[in-house]
Amino acid sequence: MTAKSEKIAIDVHHTASFLTDLLPDTCQALGRTILAFLQRVGQLSIFVGKSVMHCFLPPYFPSQIWRQLVDIGYYSLPVVGMTALFTGMVLALQSYTGFTRFNAESAIAAVVVLSVTRELAPVLAGLMVAGRVGAAIAAEIGTMRVTEQIDAMSTLSVNPFKYLIAPRVIAGTLMLPILVLVGDIIGVYGGYVIAIYRLDFSEGSYLSQTWDILETMDVISGLVKAAVFGFIVAILGCYNGFNSQRGAQGVGAATTNAVVSASIVILLFNYLLTQVFFS
Amino acid sequence: MSTNGKQPKLKISGVKKHFGKKIVLDGIDLEIEQGKSLVVIGASGTGKSVMLKCVLGLLKPDEGSVMVDGEEITHVRGSERDNVMEKFGMLFQGGALFDSMRVWENVAFGLIHAKGVDRQKAWEIAIEKIVAVGLKPEVGNLYPAELSGGMQKRVSLARAIAKNPEIIFFDEPTTGLDPIMADVINDLIVSSVKGLGATALSITHDMASARKIADYVAMIHQGKIIWHGSVKDLDNSGNEYVDQFIHGRATGPITRRVA
Ligand SMILES: Nc1ncnc2c1ncn2[C@@H]1O[C@H](COP(=O)(O)OP(=O)(O)O)[C@@H](O)[C@H]1O
Ligand SMILES: [Mg+2]
Repeated sequence: MTAKSEKIAIDVHHTASFLTDLLPDTCQALGRTILAFLQRVGQLSIFVGKSVMHCFLPPYFPSQIWRQLVDIGYYSLPVVGMTALFTGMVLALQSYTGFTRFNAESAIAAVVVLSVTRELAPVLAGLMVAGRVGAAIAAEIGTMRVTEQIDAMSTLSVNPFKYLIAPRVIAGTLMLPILVLVGDIIGVYGGYVIAIYRLDFSEGSYLSQTWDILETMDVISGLVKAAVFGFIVAILGCYNGFNSQRGAQGVGAATTNAVVSASIVILLFNYLLTQVFFS
Repeated sequence: MSTNGKQPKLKISGVKKHFGKKIVLDGIDLEIEQGKSLVVIGASGTGKSVMLKCVLGLLKPDEGSVMVDGEEITHVRGSERDNVMEKFGMLFQGGALFDSMRVWENVAFGLIHAKGVDRQKAWEIAIEKIVAVGLKPEVGNLYPAELSGGMQKRVSLARAIAKNPEIIFFDEPTTGLDPIMADVINDLIVSSVKGLGATALSITHDMASARKIADYVAMIHQGKIIWHGSVKDLDNSGNEYVDQFIHGRATGPITRRVA
């Protein structure tokens, strides 16, 4: 009996000391994680501030800006165009299956044009460009970091923020709205094609339904979103590349982080901007 | 390394740098007179590259100061930093050539983008420097990836000297080259430094290279300079660390810690 109660006492004692040992450890780990996170946020904010400042302050590198405009804008056209086309088509098809049940076929044109201009063209273009451009920026700048090309640039009295980062940020912010505008047109056209050739709408009524519902603000809000998303993709690509750890693994991680973080931040800002525009 | 009452061209005092828990530099003091060449020797991973980067302002030292011509440059930022960099030329350990640009654009990069030299003139200067490091002018139109290691080192050297710097830094200029190519690079370093009348700070663990390019030698160990003197005194330094290092002995006061 005494032996048993002794054993229980020891058990209790063990559990207690186990808990008191564990508690500071957990708190410490938690504290460290929070501190590391805050440090990251601070570091990113400084990086963003510096990048934006260097976009506006001379000297400028027009040839670099031009190269990035072509790289980010022109070469993303196929990806964004295809995405928009199929999205418009599938929207028409899907809303038809739903809306026929309520005899609301006339709303299809409205669904297509509003979803495309307000949400789908900017968000999907943003995500596609994050995959294509954000990854490329992070990989290129990350490689330049680990092979000391960025350091070399500084020793040649050229500020990497001006030569590497500002052109990409400027190009991302300017080109994504243009891409999205093209995407809007292609997406609406995709819906139109399906409506006319698959769903037997008359051309005139589908188009007039589209124009009737569409307001300038729908397009503008989408383009503003696009500019923000373009900025996000470029800045996070640059940030992750610029702070890449050493080695091929470091660059790989930087690339992954650039795409994942840009995608998440795009979705977050899409929600926030929608709230601002349409509430 | 007495300064004979003259102001040193470059003066490093009490520079400290750590990464996480690891103390890499633990108070480095060095001086170089105008026109002299100092070589810092030390084992791999002792922080030689970190020291150069602290001097160049590519890394921020935790403590200490770096002075050029008697002016404090440690905390200089922005466009003033660019002006300080005007005085510097640096040959990076891995070459650090811009792989998206042709060889001549690499060499002319600082001239075109920082000094505002027009492209035609910059091209002429670049070709001149490319020839000066023993390459054919045609090499100027190739990309760095198309060159051998030795050629890349030469191009890096040409880029480092293109803007006629007052102080040139060399980070292991001969590492990874065969002995003959290494000697060619050493000769080029000596001739280009002398040709410009520049001050040089090199780091290496190649003793043949050190003997060839140094006026003075300093040895770094565990984050501190443990010996410095004239290159003539290297063989009778009376310092057992230096003796072990220059003879490449596995046993001695320097033990290989697996860090
Ligand atoms: N950016 C950095 N972050 C963390 N550790 C670093 C960094 N740069 C260098 N180190 C560490 O500092 C030490 C010295 O490195 P380095 O100066 O490159 O040595 P070496 O004398 O061979 O040039 C190494 O242990 C290296 O891991
Ligand atoms: Mg090194």
